[in-house]
Amino acid sequence: MMMASSNTPLLRARGLSKLYNGRGGCIGVDLDVYPGEVLCIVGESGSGKSTLLNALALRSPVNSGSLDYRTSEGEVLNLLTLSEQRRRLLSRTDWGFVHQNARDGLRSGVSAGANIGEPLMAVGARHYGRLRDAASDWMTRVELDPKRIDELPGAFSGGMQQRLQIARNLVTQPRLVFMDEPTAGLDVSVQARLLDLLRSLTSKLHLAAVIVTHDIGVARLLAHRLMVMKDGRVVESGLTDQVLDDPQHPYTQTLVASVLPA
Amino acid sequence: MNARAAETSMTEGYNFAYLDEQTKRMIRRALLKAVAVPGHQVPFASREMPLPYGWGTGGLQVTSAIIGRADTLKVIDQGSDETTNAVNIRRFFARTTGVATTTHTADATIVQTRHRIPEHPLTERQIIVYQVPMPEPLFRLEPRVTECRKLHALADYGLINVKYYEDIVQHGSIATTYDYPVLVNDRYLTSPSPIPKFDNPKMHMNPALQLFGAGRERRIYAIPPYTKVKSLDFEDHPFTVQHWDHECALCASTESFLDEMIVDDAGTRMFVCSDSDYCHGRRGDGEEA
Repeated sequence: MMMASSNTPLLRARGLSKLYNGRGGCIGVDLDVYPGEVLCIVGESGSGKSTLLNALALRSPVNSGSLDYRTSEGEVLNLLTLSEQRRRLLSRTDWGFVHQNARDGLRSGVSAGANIGEPLMAVGARHYGRLRDAASDWMTRVELDPKRIDELPGAFSGGMQQRLQIARNLVTQPRLVFMDEPTAGLDVSVQARLLDLLRSLTSKLHLAAVIVTHDIGVARLLAHRLMVMKDGRVVESGLTDQVLDDPQHPYTQTLVASVLPA
Repeated sequence: MNARAAETSMTEGYNFAYLDEQTKRMIRRALLKAVAVPGHQVPFASREMPLPYGWGTGGLQVTSAIIGRADTLKVIDQGSDETTNAVNIRRFFARTTGVATTTHTADATIVQTRHRIPEHPLTERQIIVYQVPMPEPLFRLEPRVTECRKLHALADYGLINVKYYEDIVQHGSIATTYDYPVLVNDRYLTSPSPIPKFDNPKMHMNPALQLFGAGRERRIYAIPPYTKVKSLDFEDHPFTVQHWDHECALCASTESFLDEMIVDDAGTRMFVCSDSDYCHGRRGDGEEA
């Protein structure tokens, strides 16, 4: 049974298209995400990476294609026809979404503890003491000082805000996390620590993740598998090392070649 | 006392209770829907009233739609029958309907109120009409009206607890003391209007019909008699009401909601019942003070 569950995909997209006024967006994307797997989507600006991520996370409606999700009970849900109520519940209990800009994913008017506790309260937690314990536990796990639990997100640095956002997303123990450029806008040493944290959390929690990035370094460090997008289409996909060390498509070759040696 | 109507002569040229019959029918339709879906905000075509927004135009229209010639009206503002808002609205209905008015809670069939529920228990033959400035309990937490409606539709009320969590962090307890949101009939989150949380428990299983009108926001909602009304809280920080170390300086009540008043320049304080009728009644001078 366990073997079967890790061999069937958690999220499966077939021919997924999202167009803006009949063009752009992403076109005919096939994609599988398996439990515990980190999938990176790379490509240049405007290649449709974020559009695809938003479509997968049901944050924007798609034009055509199919999208299935397998729940922890083994039930396969057609996400495109699912009721809004189920979608919300799913995105709160089974999924997380980490925004590029931490401020988009955090509530700036309430403390760090309330930010981490909010997803729990949204699914019915009504015990202040336990919410606080969960919040300080998660602050420790993302390497934030739990003494700062009552400070507003604005009091934290950019990298810390990003970690706070990650804590908020993982507190409901999701099975799948979507991340949109989680390390963009952070300086390199902070990036390195965040990547390190993400890598250890995904492996420790057996978390599947779909990460959008334009940074090949991030992809090499985190991803098991890689998808390369160009002009809304997936031009190449495969194991990370395979794609990066032996790129087949001309665009991927340019992408890999344009990384500056450190 | 009950013959107050005689004090003021009826004003000529207006329909009974000021509003025309079609408008009253429109409001009654909204009221019926509101009673059928307890706690749900029903939109209605709020009319301009001879009173500024924020002074009870919503409550005025609801009362106008339900009042009949046999009714006896009581109007209170912050518990008192003698404040400007109460006096003016009472006189408005005396002039436009000629119905009897009273200050005695027990004698009234309709009680229009701003910011209090009378201390004297209401009965099945009474209707209480609340004036509501902001009917949306999620207003300060979710600025988008469309999103608020979605949250109501999905009964998704975790946000309220986020606010209470923050209250406890900052003040050590839930610091909301008035307009404390309630869950009606285990379904809709509802604003009780800015009554003190002291009055929230009175809404639960109340035998009287409770109607709410918000004129500026154009919403009507209702809590039918004997409906479950729960004030939201945390398991380890349960809902509590205010308590005073004082008794009422006039009637010595220890059970009513007390107003704190500063009575001289030296800062001397006095605690008195906010419900003037209740206080008079206890002092045995229920007639004109």
